[in-house]
Amino acid sequence: MAESDNIVVETAEKIFADLADPQTINNDKKNSWQAPLWQALSEAGLPLSWVPDDLGGSGASLADGFALLNAAGRFAIAVPLAETMLAGWLLAQAKIASPEGEMTVLPASPKDRITLDADGSLSGRARGVPYAKAAKHFAVLAHGKDGAVIALVDAGKGRIESGLNVGYDHSDTVTLDKVQPVTLKPAPDGFDQTTLMLVGGVARSLQIAGALESMLDISVRYSNERVAFEKKISKFQAVQHNLARLAGESAAALAAATSAADAIANATGFNDEVYLEAASAKIRCAEAAEKGGAIAHQVHGAIGFTLEHILHRYSLRALAWRDDFGSESHWAVELGKLVATRGADELWPLVASR
Amino acid sequence: MTAALRFDPIRLPEKCEQLRKEVRAFLAEEIAAGTFDPHKPNREDTDAPEFSRRVGAKGWLGMTWPKKYGGQERSFLERYVVTEEMRVANAPTRRFFVADRQSGPVLIKYAPEHIKMDILPRICRGEICFAIGMSEPNSGSDLFAAKTRATKTDGGYLINGTKIWTSSAHIADYMIAIFRTSQPTKENRRHGLTQFLVKMKQPGIQVNPIGQITGQYEFNEVVFTDFFVPDDHVLGEVDGAWKQATSELAYERSGPERFLETYYVLTELVRAVGSNPDTRSAEGIGRLVAQLHTMRRMSVSVAGMLQAGKEPVVEASIVKDIGTVWEQQLPHRVRDLAAFVEETATNRETLERQLDFAIKTAPKLTIQGGTTEVLRGIIARGLGLR
Repeated sequence: MAESDNIVVETAEKIFADLADPQTINNDKKNSWQAPLWQALSEAGLPLSWVPDDLGGSGASLADGFALLNAAGRFAIAVPLAETMLAGWLLAQAKIASPEGEMTVLPASPKDRITLDADGSLSGRARGVPYAKAAKHFAVLAHGKDGAVIALVDAGKGRIESGLNVGYDHSDTVTLDKVQPVTLKPAPDGFDQTTLMLVGGVARSLQIAGALESMLDISVRYSNERVAFEKKISKFQAVQHNLARLAGESAAALAAATSAADAIANATGFNDEVYLEAASAKIRCAEAAEKGGAIAHQVHGAIGFTLEHILHRYSLRALAWRDDFGSESHWAVELGKLVATRGADELWPLVASR
Repeated sequence: MTAALRFDPIRLPEKCEQLRKEVRAFLAEEIAAGTFDPHKPNREDTDAPEFSRRVGAKGWLGMTWPKKYGGQERSFLERYVVTEEMRVANAPTRRFFVADRQSGPVLIKYAPEHIKMDILPRICRGEICFAIGMSEPNSGSDLFAAKTRATKTDGGYLINGTKIWTSSAHIADYMIAIFRTSQPTKENRRHGLTQFLVKMKQPGIQVNPIGQITGQYEFNEVVFTDFFVPDDHVLGEVDGAWKQATSELAYERSGPERFLETYYVLTELVRAVGSNPDTRSAEGIGRLVAQLHTMRRMSVSVAGMLQAGKEPVVEASIVKDIGTVWEQQLPHRVRDLAAFVEETATNRETLERQLDFAIKTAPKLTIQGGTTEVLRGIIARGLGLR
């Protein structure tokens, strides 16, 4: 695993290693590991990393939180850590304190829209909301006649149609029908649904990059153990070249995701340069999830296609994460429009801006 | 996880952005003066000696080298900015590019002091052109199969044999080449090759042009017949060139030139689709830009590693693998996306002419300077598979 370079990541990695060993949790059909893991993460203050102390969180930097999400991706853990972090971050934008317990954000897709009615209630439907079923509260970005608002909503007030994503994690449809929020405040100037999608997309990019790192790790290890045709399969040039390509996809995903995280962590606003970073990360990481995941499976052969093997914990989640907060197709269209609007001669200055 | 695969998000420091402005202003002046046309990558005359001198006069050649050799002692990140701006503008860099990127650093590391004092300042002034003599008719990717012999004689060596696919040999003043000084040993098949500095344009060297499928003549066959090289032109250890070869690779493999060679077709596509693209064009352009941005961030990261004194051979190989495959596919993706561009697009002819050239250029991109197969072998070794 990558070296930890901050205390948040170190703490998280220790908890993951102790309570979320991939093989152990994969064998546990009842998911009895989830509650102790969540409790340990909560006691360490990790789900509210991005919430300042005075709003009930542990006040870690954006950069440290992004690094934590990368580590969570390396373990492909199935608890709403990223979702609660994003929810706490969203609430903090409007200086709303975070409650205890699991949260998620809605909407989780650029196409969905929650509206604020004149009576102060929220209505609308959000699809593909990760872990809505497990959440006690929702952090909601909604649109009223005076602009964007951020609200804390009791999860029990929403109607939830349960669903599973490609990675077997909850991805639910949440319908709010004139729901009165617990708290509601205006979003800061310039903060809109696109901002939420970009930050959510970068969170997913870091998780995908982490999952790819682990896929590379276990694929290299497996190729050095598995013998076929009387030699280790790592000695076949075709296998070596496939793994070299997986290393490239993993490296590209990590580079794109960490660059975007760095851009957001140091940004004063969401200008075109930050948009390029965040959109590119989601696009490139999603592509890497497809290409890299396919190679990891190819190296493992049939064993990697079984539920007993841990590979699918990473490969399927990486594929599922592509869909959240805007798919790569969505961001590619948006980025393409941005580039076209700026014009041909402004493309290179944009790419070379950082 | 292997620590080899970290690409830290290096940002270019403020002074780089100042430099970038200077380079852009310089190139704009050169374009206005008619030195080159940025829309024509397929210039008939790729050699531009006067332009080379003007770049040298700006202090943009040998930028990272010691001042006593004519360098500027600036950072790899500053050099990076100059390189990428030149490349994106389609500036005629052929005369100085190899000397600046590769040959100079080799001389700094291995040449005797008096040779450094003689040659390096001339590279910095943009006066001289270098070629690299690696491949032979029966030795390409398998570098250590080289047969061209350097036989010891009084005061030096006599060279006999043939180098091939040598870019710029027809205009080069010098070549850095590897020749066989001993037979390989049983224990080490890489033993027995020595790196030499060769002064070109002398009797005993015959340069024969080789036409390329682009219609250009950058390749050459270089035939040595009893050509004399003095002892002080040996670079590094006799019979030990294999130890020296790898450190060059990081310089050569990760620069912006490894994904920008066909970049011009993307700019022209954006121009052709206009400010209100359909969904298909927008998505295609968005993906290409995301891929380009990612590679550039990786490449800048490697430049940062070089600046920090590291030898990121595996990282550089990953950048070149992904970068060259991308720049090879780019003209074809642009062709796909351009299929529905309006007949009335004002730059349609320019785009078509560029695509014609880029599509012919594409096959070489994953071959030159280390094939995809060689790169993946190096990455696999870094992963502990070999």
